[in-house]
Amino acid sequence: MAIFSVYVVNKAGGLIYQLDHYAPRADTEKTFSFPLDLVLRPHDERVVVAFGQRDGIRVGHAVLAINGAEVNGRLTADGKDVLEFLGNPANYPVSIRFGRHRLSSNEKLMLASMFHSLFAIGSQLSPEVGSSGIEMLETDTFKLHCFQTLTGIKFMVLADPRQTGIDALLRKIYEIYSDFALKNPFYSLEMPIRCELFDQNLKLALEVAEKAGPFGPGS
Amino acid sequence: MSRSPGRKQENDKISRELFVLTYGALVAQLCKDYEKDEDVNTCLDRMGYGIGIRLIDDFLARSGVKKCRSYSETADMIAQVAFKMYLGVTPSVICSSAAGNEFSLILDKNPLVDFVEELPAERASLCYCNLLCGVIRGALEMVHLAAEVTFLQDRLKGDAVTEIGITFLRKPEDRKHKR
Repeated sequence: MAIFSVYVVNKAGGLIYQLDHYAPRADTEKTFSFPLDLVLRPHDERVVVAFGQRDGIRVGHAVLAINGAEVNGRLTADGKDVLEFLGNPANYPVSIRFGRHRLSSNEKLMLASMFHSLFAIGSQLSPEVGSSGIEMLETDTFKLHCFQTLTGIKFMVLADPRQTGIDALLRKIYEIYSDFALKNPFYSLEMPIRCELFDQNLKLALEVAEKAGPFGPGS
Repeated sequence: MSRSPGRKQENDKISRELFVLTYGALVAQLCKDYEKDEDVNTCLDRMGYGIGIRLIDDFLARSGVKKCRSYSETADMIAQVAFKMYLGVTPSVICSSAAGNEFSLILDKNPLVDFVEELPAERASLCYCNLLCGVIRGALEMVHLAAEVTFLQDRLKGDAVTEIGITFLRKPEDRKHKR
């Protein structure tokens, strides 16, 4: 049972706090010989697997390292283009590490704003009058829970689908925010939260929630 | 006050006297800094506003109350839950307008004026507890309720009771379908 990450979004949709508590890294490193039976293609700033899923290497996984050296976007550690390098039979056999790429902070900011907008759209689209926005988004691998306070701050928690007690956890995070962020006289409202006490207490709360396991303290 | 079990129970309260003294020292210093009563009142209101915008989340987090559906519910909530939680007193609520957007909170006990008998002659129009007005105004603004909060009557000025008037400025229809 795990809680993957916590996001706090302010009234305007800006991300003011983010914590990656646990990342289920499923990196796979394998040695390949020429020709490569995976189809790779460039995507954004990375090289991703487009086809040829096998052995834990899935479509969408990015090339993370070649021969142990981490790649830098689309270039290898030496500055060569990854696709060119892998197209040359002289470089084989080669060991490539694939995995899901970690989000950069800019990407997180963007995604948080996007969710903020979707949240608002969700409440507009609802057939019931006076609905709140998106409270839960469920997928096979995770559940995203969102709690919006009456003041407009959103707390989002991404957790394992089987994790319970997230509602109570969201309320607890709200309490921690109202204590260690708001009561800090040097913290300006709506700005990124850079309070050590907030971090510490949040991590403590996450641990408590995780320990409670699937039979959480009632959600 | 409900606190979830994970949190250490904080039984180390601070003395009420210290709080009342601190507030008194604050007002006294402001009186030294500003000549005009209006300036002191404005300053107290501004300070209260700064407190209110932060206190509202603490109030909502601890009390877990649901969104209020009407102005009178809001006024009741302020009097019965918020005042009780923070000052330990429960003012009574009177609706003072037919339109339903003006309310008065009648305070018969006000901890902030424990040690104050009456205002000095040269400070006749000072609103000693104006901080409270700012707090209420700031807190309401953060839940998207614009309001004007003032002291209508003040025991310190010789009135019979202390009365805080809350006038909500926007119609509830404007807030439909929001969030």
